[in-house]
Amino acid sequence: MSATRKHLNRREFFSYLTVAWVAFGAACAGMASLAFRFSYPNVNFEPEMEFLAGTPDMYEEGVDERYKNGFGVWMVKQEGKLFALSNICTHLGCIPNWLPAELKFKCPCHGSGYYTSGINFEGPAPRPLERYKINLTAEGKIKVDKTKLYRYEKGQWDNPNAFLSV
Amino acid sequence: MREFINWMADPIRSFPVVCVLFFLMMKYYRIVGTKKFLYLALAFIIPTAIWFGSDPNFFTILILPDNIPIIILLVLVGYLQWFTLYKSAENDKRIEAGLCPIEGLPENREKVWCWPNLVYTELFCIIAATCFLVVWAIIFKAPLEEPANPTWAPNPAKAPWYFLGLQEMLVYFDPWMAGVVLPGVVVVGLIAIPYIDTNPKGNGYFTIMERPLAMWGFLFGWLVLWIYLIIVGTFLRGPNWTFYGPFEYWDYHKVVAEYNVNLSEFLWIKGLNTSMPQNMFLREILGIVVSLGYVFVLPPMMAASKFGKGMIEKIGNMRYYILVMLFLLMMSLPIKMVLRWLFSLKYIVALPELELNL
Repeated sequence: MSATRKHLNRREFFSYLTVAWVAFGAACAGMASLAFRFSYPNVNFEPEMEFLAGTPDMYEEGVDERYKNGFGVWMVKQEGKLFALSNICTHLGCIPNWLPAELKFKCPCHGSGYYTSGINFEGPAPRPLERYKINLTAEGKIKVDKTKLYRYEKGQWDNPNAFLSV
Repeated sequence: MREFINWMADPIRSFPVVCVLFFLMMKYYRIVGTKKFLYLALAFIIPTAIWFGSDPNFFTILILPDNIPIIILLVLVGYLQWFTLYKSAENDKRIEAGLCPIEGLPENREKVWCWPNLVYTELFCIIAATCFLVVWAIIFKAPLEEPANPTWAPNPAKAPWYFLGLQEMLVYFDPWMAGVVLPGVVVVGLIAIPYIDTNPKGNGYFTIMERPLAMWGFLFGWLVLWIYLIIVGTFLRGPNWTFYGPFEYWDYHKVVAEYNVNLSEFLWIKGLNTSMPQNMFLREILGIVVSLGYVFVLPPMMAASKFGKGMIEKIGNMRYYILVMLFLLMMSLPIKMVLRWLFSLKYIVALPELELNL
């Protein structure tokens, strides 16, 4: 039996080993690329990052919730300024609610509270809500760009892109 | 009476009460760990539980599908805690009399085969647990809610029941601390126990007398900082994560006056009556000094004390410092909670510019 068995020599062994490793590597790479593809779905149900939010005369003094459920933005008009306030709590990223009776934003997860301006005053939130870039288009419409953030603690709320004078 | 319970249940008052109860339980474990005490406690707890459940408002909270595991947990933890004390009290009495613990008696040291004794038991446990889960899944339906919406959150938004203690912790801490650092330390600390604790006493038998520090420290973290916080997070936190007493209706518009202040504000504005310095590190200097002192000065100070010297002699420098660090991190939680309740202190170090808050 042993006399007829064909022995692998060193060279053959390494060629088999190379084929095996290449196959294994290719399989892993294929799986990894599939996983990578999976993280970029064909259809995305997330809100648009840029949207038109009507005209400045649409807004009353105070908080406007029109674009909250669709785009995750509160339009707030306060002291002659109109700004787009993020609806993501700065504590752990929950979605606060606007409580019109108490005039505050209140997070349902850990109880952080924010004034109308977005400044935090109660609960564990470490910093105020962020504001988004807001400007007027040539047609006089408001354009909100959520890709650009302005943070209070960095002194960015005075940036001319962070609000509209109305 | 109900008003009083609502008032008492507020963590500001119930946390010290729970701490005192824990202290009494551990101090007088030989009284608590008797069958007589168990029967008396049951005679008190069962009517009280029925009375609590008879409140329609509290009853609706109790029978939420999410909350039923917590009721089971309370029963199990209560019983097992009593069982530990009972066994420990029995053993400690024997050890005092110079006998070996009950687990060390010759008839309890008999060795049996893993197969079939253990494997069969495990098999039956697997079957029983599966049956239990299937029945549970049939009886209590998972709540079906509207499609997920990234711009809307339920109110109150609650974590799974086993994380409610963690969620309650997050109310007092920065997400980085309570969400990543402290749970990580809990996990690493639990893994590290066998390497830190090389004392062979208490291996394989119940005792409190021979292992006071281990028992007190571990049970405090478990019962007060984990189970108690789960109870608070489950039954006493309603919409907007506001506190509601057990007999209180979850009114969405309950207003709680709360205004939290950072330590830096206490120092500069209230203490020294000046404006906040521009430099953020200068602004937070007191908090930074206090935090560094807590972490770096306290352990050597404790090491220099008589107790610390004894500990180091027994377990060595390395183990001592790891143990003390774990203990200090655990104690930072109740310290921070008490500071929040007493002084509305938000953060000891508040550096939102660097996403670093303590």
